[in-house]
Amino acid sequence: MGEILEINGPIVRVRLPQVLTGEQVRVGELKLTGEVIGREGDDAIVQVYEVSDGLRPGDPVEPMGHPLSVELGPGLLGQIFDGVQRPLYTLYEMSGDHIARGLAVDSLKRDKAWPFEPNAALATGTTILPGSVLGTVQETAHILHHILVPPDTGGTLLELAPAGDYTLEQPIAHIQDAHGHTRKLKLYQRWPVRTPRPYLQRDHASAPLITGQRVLDTFFPLLKGGKAAVPGPFGAGKTVVQHQIARWSNAEIVVFVGCGERGNELVDILDSFPKLTDPHSGRSLMERTVLVANTSNMPVVAREASIYVGVTLAEYFRDQGYDVVMVADSTSRWAEALREVSGRLGQMPVEEGYPAYLGSRLAAFYERAGRVKTLSGKLGSVTLIGAVSPPGGDFSEPVTSHTKEIVQTFWALSKELADARHYPSVDWTESFSGYVGTAATWWTENVDAQWEGLRGIALGLLTQAEELARIVNLVGPEALSPAQRWALEGATLIKEGILQQSALDEIDSYCSPQKQYALLQLLLLIYAQGQKLLLLGVPVQRLLSLPLLARARRYKTLHGNDDLARLNANTLEIQVAFDALRNEYANSGETKK
Amino acid sequence: MSEREYRQASAARGGLLFMHNVPGVALGDRVQIQDHAGRIRNGQVIRSSQEAVLIQVFEGTENLDLERTWVRFLEQPFELALSPEILGRVFNGVGLPRDERPPLISSLKRNVNGAPVNPAARAYPREFVQTGISAIDGLDSLVRGQKLPIFSGSGLPHNRLAAQIVRQAKLPNEEGGFAVVFAAMGVSHTDARMFQEDFESSGVLSKVVMFLNLADDPAIERLILPRAALTAAEYLAFDLDMHVLVIMTDMTHYAEALREVATAKGDVPSRKGYPGYLYSDLAELYERAGRIKGRHGSITLIPVVSMPSDDITHPIPDLTGYITEGQIVLSRDLYNQGVYPPMAVPPSLSRLMKDGVGKEYTRDDHARVANQLYASYARALEVRNLASIIGAEELGEADLAFLKFAENFERNFLGQGEREERSILDTLDLAWRQLSLLPRDALTRVSEADLDKYHTPAARQA
Repeated sequence: MGEILEINGPIVRVRLPQVLTGEQVRVGELKLTGEVIGREGDDAIVQVYEVSDGLRPGDPVEPMGHPLSVELGPGLLGQIFDGVQRPLYTLYEMSGDHIARGLAVDSLKRDKAWPFEPNAALATGTTILPGSVLGTVQETAHILHHILVPPDTGGTLLELAPAGDYTLEQPIAHIQDAHGHTRKLKLYQRWPVRTPRPYLQRDHASAPLITGQRVLDTFFPLLKGGKAAVPGPFGAGKTVVQHQIARWSNAEIVVFVGCGERGNELVDILDSFPKLTDPHSGRSLMERTVLVANTSNMPVVAREASIYVGVTLAEYFRDQGYDVVMVADSTSRWAEALREVSGRLGQMPVEEGYPAYLGSRLAAFYERAGRVKTLSGKLGSVTLIGAVSPPGGDFSEPVTSHTKEIVQTFWALSKELADARHYPSVDWTESFSGYVGTAATWWTENVDAQWEGLRGIALGLLTQAEELARIVNLVGPEALSPAQRWALEGATLIKEGILQQSALDEIDSYCSPQKQYALLQLLLLIYAQGQKLLLLGVPVQRLLSLPLLARARRYKTLHGNDDLARLNANTLEIQVAFDALRNEYANSGETKK
Repeated sequence: MSEREYRQASAARGGLLFMHNVPGVALGDRVQIQDHAGRIRNGQVIRSSQEAVLIQVFEGTENLDLERTWVRFLEQPFELALSPEILGRVFNGVGLPRDERPPLISSLKRNVNGAPVNPAARAYPREFVQTGISAIDGLDSLVRGQKLPIFSGSGLPHNRLAAQIVRQAKLPNEEGGFAVVFAAMGVSHTDARMFQEDFESSGVLSKVVMFLNLADDPAIERLILPRAALTAAEYLAFDLDMHVLVIMTDMTHYAEALREVATAKGDVPSRKGYPGYLYSDLAELYERAGRIKGRHGSITLIPVVSMPSDDITHPIPDLTGYITEGQIVLSRDLYNQGVYPPMAVPPSLSRLMKDGVGKEYTRDDHARVANQLYASYARALEVRNLASIIGAEELGEADLAFLKFAENFERNFLGQGEREERSILDTLDLAWRQLSLLPRDALTRVSEADLDKYHTPAARQA
């Protein structure tokens, strides 16, 4: 038992000799949970995850003997947890509309029994390695939960429970470890969140994460096991992009961390996901989703922890051989929580008040992404996607610039595009992806070998149009040559017909890779056909007034993902329209100057 | 522990009072300070250790003399007394009456800091609120339970717009409007009187609770005022089942008071001297708006933020925009051209609109029409920009149509009278009259069916 010496917001100085840094403590009469972040002589500095009002010097402090850890086992999917993995539905039952302080609850339900199927390959007496599979629990209709030996445990199997229903506290295996001690293994395990879960070795990320969002998949692809950032000023549509990824990406598990953001955004997920169907498995989206929520009005210190809680959950499903996507909205709020704690500790600020270790913390967090060979020999991946909320939309601020150095895919959102209601407002000049080469292999094998080429043409056209738009803004469109005017129109066609994608439109919200490619091909066909006619002397005004151009902008919403034949049939319409124009000019003899 | 009284304040500066050798004081506790003239001030413990206690004094630390200052620790957190009688009353920032009527007596008291709403307890706001203002209803609809700030600049009519929203806001098919909680921080006497008279003339005064801290009142009181106001709003909404509209004006004065205290405390500054926790602090206020499952009432929050030098990237509007569900931005250009309400369309946004409009609440085409207006107006602004460089006579026919559209859209759609109330159906019809100035091919955000039904190129503006 120790006692409180000083309270300064969420930072409390206590007298508590021999406590470890990182250890959890209970503070004050209310038993608020906190974490030791430093030691000075007999004193410890504690950050409290809950509001510290009402604490007073002299109040008791009690060490809990373990670091901040999460419970990993059946019952995670479909749940919403707070920043330190307390289940919010249970807290709702216990304390009503508002979260009371000092509530201690189990993360996973203890009274629920799960149907356990033992691993038939394991016989009594065999040696069990850390991370190996003891058996399975069918957690949801689509997700098989693999019960793993904890990564720090191994030994000789003494007994494995037969198939049947077990609660989390009932042992399902007994093993004897190297020291001769018998250990009981259960359906769940604990793991400290600040320690990455071990794996055998890193593997090459090779398959793209298909999000169904054209500007992401086609133009700035991300791989399963990759790391990406979505920076954008407020109102640029960050949240919608993140929600779309959580909805439609072809990951098997999605961990969504709402870190310092709006409460209603999580409610939106809680309301809409159960009703939406995963296009890849055909099941309700909620069955593959875990939410971690520390909304902006919840205590700031737990915000710092929430990111680590989320990524540990992601690693746990990766260890079972799943492709997991973790979306963190927003890493800026996490960085601000770091800043607040470091400021209260009187640490020397470097840039904009942030501590000097901001960059290394960010890098260490993103390094927990990756495709790996797990301890049980399966392949699994964690893809990390972090939103960044730069103050004033200034991408040179510390969090954005550090993040930019770390990630391989950078989806920069633009206020200008959002203001014109060009959504998703991914700016094609600022964004980048270092995964295009790898993704191209996948597109070649699964969609079409022309993908990389067409993508290059489209991006080139967009870049050229930026330059031309500058000229137009200076001297007007008349200064452009017909070919340049047509290029400007071609770029607009790509912007409106491909890049813009409505999250609210039933048909357009998810776009399959095949449809993405078909649209790219059609719109570039229009552009190429026009170029040819220009060479034949057809005036650019005739091309610009083709009714086909308005129709082409609607292709994306006219044909669903299962209607590719009719989408591709538009090739004919395009040919007919351009042939008619060609014939007109050929007959009137106006070809060639 | 019972109340204790001390006299050994060791320092007083910048609204903070330092005390030594006052053991065992709880963080956040309420303090009463009596100065040498017998005047009572209110304070709150913001840091506490065995050796020293730091108190934030809401009435400021001017005119305090350390030797003759009595400090009483009340051994209770900062609470607000609540009863249905708060309606029609006027309070100051710490919840004391300002209307020369006796203080409220009630056994029900709540901590003004509130407690975070459990996200699992929230209900998603979806009911369209008709403000009768086309710019808002048509383009950036307000939804019951939303937090939608007005970003403005000095001299712009944000307070008049807020007052108009209070007068006109209602659900299209529902009796009974909103109860109003009005939180004024550092506003001028003139503006405060404008609101008061407006509430009186529109007959809502009996449903209004006012918390006033005027421009010449102590600045630090502005830190506790919105907390008291929101505590009252929560009581009305979730205990008394009322729909509450909270107007908070002006958040810039609140943030400045926060900076003042943070600087005095020696907190590490982040941008423009504001403390790093400005975001969390603002979120603690704004996130108290919303709807809760199984509760009839709701809190709709309209904070007014005057942007210093009209700079939307200034920390106060910037952080506000990251927390609130959209923003209504006012434009000095439009205002100077005589357009009221001068809503700057491109940067304005309502995040909750998508779920609050459509067949069920307004009309099927609403979302698409709004989207089309945005896109067409953005294009029109580009054309106007071009025209200012090369001259309008150089523009093609298609571009000229956009110029005409912009002109009419600003005058007739955005512009309306301060006492003019338009139903949402009138607003949408008006929107189509503007869109009909443009050729059908230019309208790709609306559906073919919408065009068949509503696009009438023959329509000519008056």
